[in-house]
Amino acid sequence: MDNSLRMLVIDDEEDLVTALVERLGYRGIEAEYALDGRTAREKLETNSYDIVILDLKLPGESGAELRDSIARKYPELPILMITGHGAHPESPGSPPLPGGTVLEKPVNLDVLIEKAREMAKKR
Amino acid sequence: MTSSEAPQEKEARSTLAGGTVGKVLRYQHLWLTSVIVTSLVAITPLLIMAAFDYSHNRAAGRVESQLTINRLLGTTKRSLEDAIRERREVLSLLLIERSHSELTQKAALSRTLAHLQDTFGGFVDLGLIDSGGKQIAYAGPFDLKGKNYKDQDWFHATRLKGVYVSDVFKGFRNFPHFVIALQKKKGADDFFILRATLDMELINRRIYDLNLDRDTDAFIINQDGVLQTDSALYGAALTRIDIRVPSRSRSTDVVDERLQDGSWLTSGFAYIEDAPYIFVVVKRQRNPLWVWLGHRSTMFWFLGASIIVILAVGFFSSTWIVKRLGKADAERARELHDLEYTNKLATIGRMAATVAHEINNPLAIIEENAGLLKDMATFSAGHPQKEKTLKLVELIHKSVARCSDVTHRLLGFAKRMDIQREPIALDKLLEEVASFQKTEALHRNIKIDFALPDSLPPVIGDRGKLQQVFLNIISNALSAVDDGGRIQIEVAQLDATHASVMVTDNGSGIGQKDLKHIFEPFYSTKGEFGTGLGLSITRDIVTKLGGTIEVQSEVGSGTSFIVTLPIQGKV
Repeated sequence: MDNSLRMLVIDDEEDLVTALVERLGYRGIEAEYALDGRTAREKLETNSYDIVILDLKLPGESGAELRDSIARKYPELPILMITGHGAHPESPGSPPLPGGTVLEKPVNLDVLIEKAREMAKKR
Repeated sequence: MTSSEAPQEKEARSTLAGGTVGKVLRYQHLWLTSVIVTSLVAITPLLIMAAFDYSHNRAAGRVESQLTINRLLGTTKRSLEDAIRERREVLSLLLIERSHSELTQKAALSRTLAHLQDTFGGFVDLGLIDSGGKQIAYAGPFDLKGKNYKDQDWFHATRLKGVYVSDVFKGFRNFPHFVIALQKKKGADDFFILRATLDMELINRRIYDLNLDRDTDAFIINQDGVLQTDSALYGAALTRIDIRVPSRSRSTDVVDERLQDGSWLTSGFAYIEDAPYIFVVVKRQRNPLWVWLGHRSTMFWFLGASIIVILAVGFFSSTWIVKRLGKADAERARELHDLEYTNKLATIGRMAATVAHEINNPLAIIEENAGLLKDMATFSAGHPQKEKTLKLVELIHKSVARCSDVTHRLLGFAKRMDIQREPIALDKLLEEVASFQKTEALHRNIKIDFALPDSLPPVIGDRGKLQQVFLNIISNALSAVDDGGRIQIEVAQLDATHASVMVTDNGSGIGQKDLKHIFEPFYSTKGEFGTGLGLSITRDIVTKLGGTIEVQSEVGSGTSFIVTLPIQGKV
C-alpha cells in the first residue's frame, strides 16, 4: 500500500478540521483530528501515524510548544506546521521554524497532501 | 476599540475648529498687548521728561521776560532813593551843624542855599518854620517870610514823624516840585522845622537818562495813583490815572496784562523808600513769553514726532515678533499633527489586522466545507445534481477568494503601518547607524568606540525604527561633544531576556533641571535648532518594542543613554 498515509490533524477549529479530514478521506488518506494538545497526545499514544499536521495557533498550549513535546517523544514522526495568514501583529513574532516544514494558510489541499507524502517518505 | 475611537475623534475635531478661532484671537490679543507695552515703556518716560521740561522752561521763560524790567526798576529805584536821601541827609547835617541863629539869618541861609544848589542841585528854596507854623526865615526866589503853615498837612506830618517828603504839587510857585522837611527839637515842646523845596527836574532827569525805547514808558505815581511826573502813556504830571497800584513792598513787582488788541502790557512797580513815590515802568510788547512759546512749540513738535516714531517701532516690532511666534507655533502644531497622524495610522493598522484575522477564520471554514461539497459531488458515484453542485461550489470558491483578497490587502496594509518585530543583530545595526555619522565624526575628529560582546542573541525589533532610535541618540551625542571628543557604544546582554546598549559621550553633560524633562515632547535644549521631539519619539519607539530608555548625566563630564531591548526568546 504505497499510497496509504495515516495522518493526525491538530486544529482547534472543529468545523474546518472535520471537513478537512473527510476530504483527505476521499483521497485515500486515513486522517484523524484532535482539537487540542491533550486529545492529540492521547491519540498519538493509542494510534500510530505517519505524519502530524499541526496548526500553530491553538488555544492554551501553543502550537510551537506542542510541536516540541511531540518531537521529543516521537523523534521519528514528521510534523507539518500550518500558520495563520502571516504573523499576527499583536503576537510577538512567528519565527520561521527549521526544516521548511511550515505551510501558510489557506493551504491548498493538493499541496498539503504532496508535502505530507514527501515528508512521510523521507522517514 | 471602535466605540472609544468615535468620541475621541469628534473631540479632536471640535478642539481643532475652536483652536483656530482661539488662536487668531490669542495672536491679536498678544499683538495688541505687545504694541501697548512697548509703546508705554518708551512713551511714559518721554512724557514725564517733557512735562518736567515744560514747567521748568515755562518758569524760566517768565523770569527771563521780566528780567529787563526788573533790572530797570532796581537801578532806577536806587538812583532815585539816592537822590532824595542825599538831599535829606544834607539838610539833616545843616540842622546839626548850624545853630538856630545861624539858620535864622537870611544872608547865611541864602549862602547855604547857594552852596546846596551848587553842590547838589535841585534845591529851589530853604525856609525855617517855628513851632507855631510861622516861617521865620526864608531864602529863595519868593518872598515867603512870615507865611504861616500851621494848618497844612505837611507841617503836622513833620511834627509827628520828624522827617517828611511830600507828594509833587504845583502850589503857588506854579511848577511841579516837592518838599523835604525836617524837624529839630529845642526843648520839651519847642521845635523848629527846616523845609526845602526841590525841583521835580531832579527826578525827571533821572528818568530821561534811562533812554527808553518807544514802547517803554517810565514815570512816578503816588499811592493814590496820581502821576508825579509826566508820562508818555498816561499824560502830564498830577493827573490821576487808572492803574492798579500794588501794595507797599521793598521788592519790585511785575504784572503782565493782555490788551484788547492782542498785545501785552508788562508793568513793573518799585516803591521808593522814605518817599511817597512809586516808580513805574510800562512796556508794551507782544507776548512776553515769546521766547518760551517758541521753545514750547519746538518741544511739542519733537514730542509728537517721537511718539509717532515710538508707535511705529512698537507696531512693526510687535507685528514681526507675533508673526514669528505664530510661524513657530504652526510648525509645532504641524509636527504634533504628523506624530498624531502616524499614531492614528498605527491604530488603523491594528484594527485592519484584527478585522482580517476575524474574517479569515470563517472564510477558511467556508472554503474547506465547499471543498468537501465538491469532493462529495466528484467522488460519490451518482450524486444528484452533480453539475449544479460543482457550479455552486465554484461560485462559493470565487467569492471566498474575493474576500480573501480583501483580507490579504488589509493585512498587507497593517504590516506596513505597524512596528515590525524581527530578529535583529544589534552589533551590525549599530555599526551601520554609526557609519551614517562617520563623515561628521571624521571631520570633527570625534572617536566612536565600540564595545561588543563576543556573541549576542538577536534582539526583537523593527529595523527602521531601531535605526531611528540609535541615529537620534548618536547624533545627540555628536552635538554634545566638542571637536576631538569621544563616544563609546557598549552592547551587553543584561539577562536571559534583555540586551542593553549604552551610548556614552564625554561632552558637556545635561543639568538636573533639563534631565528631568528630556523625554518630554517639545522640550529642547538646542533652542531654535531642535524640535524637542527627537527623544520623545525615541522613547515611544523603545517602549513599543518592549524596551526601556534611561539617561544618566553629569555636567562637565558627559552623558549616557541606556537602551534595553528584548532578546529573541528560545524557540
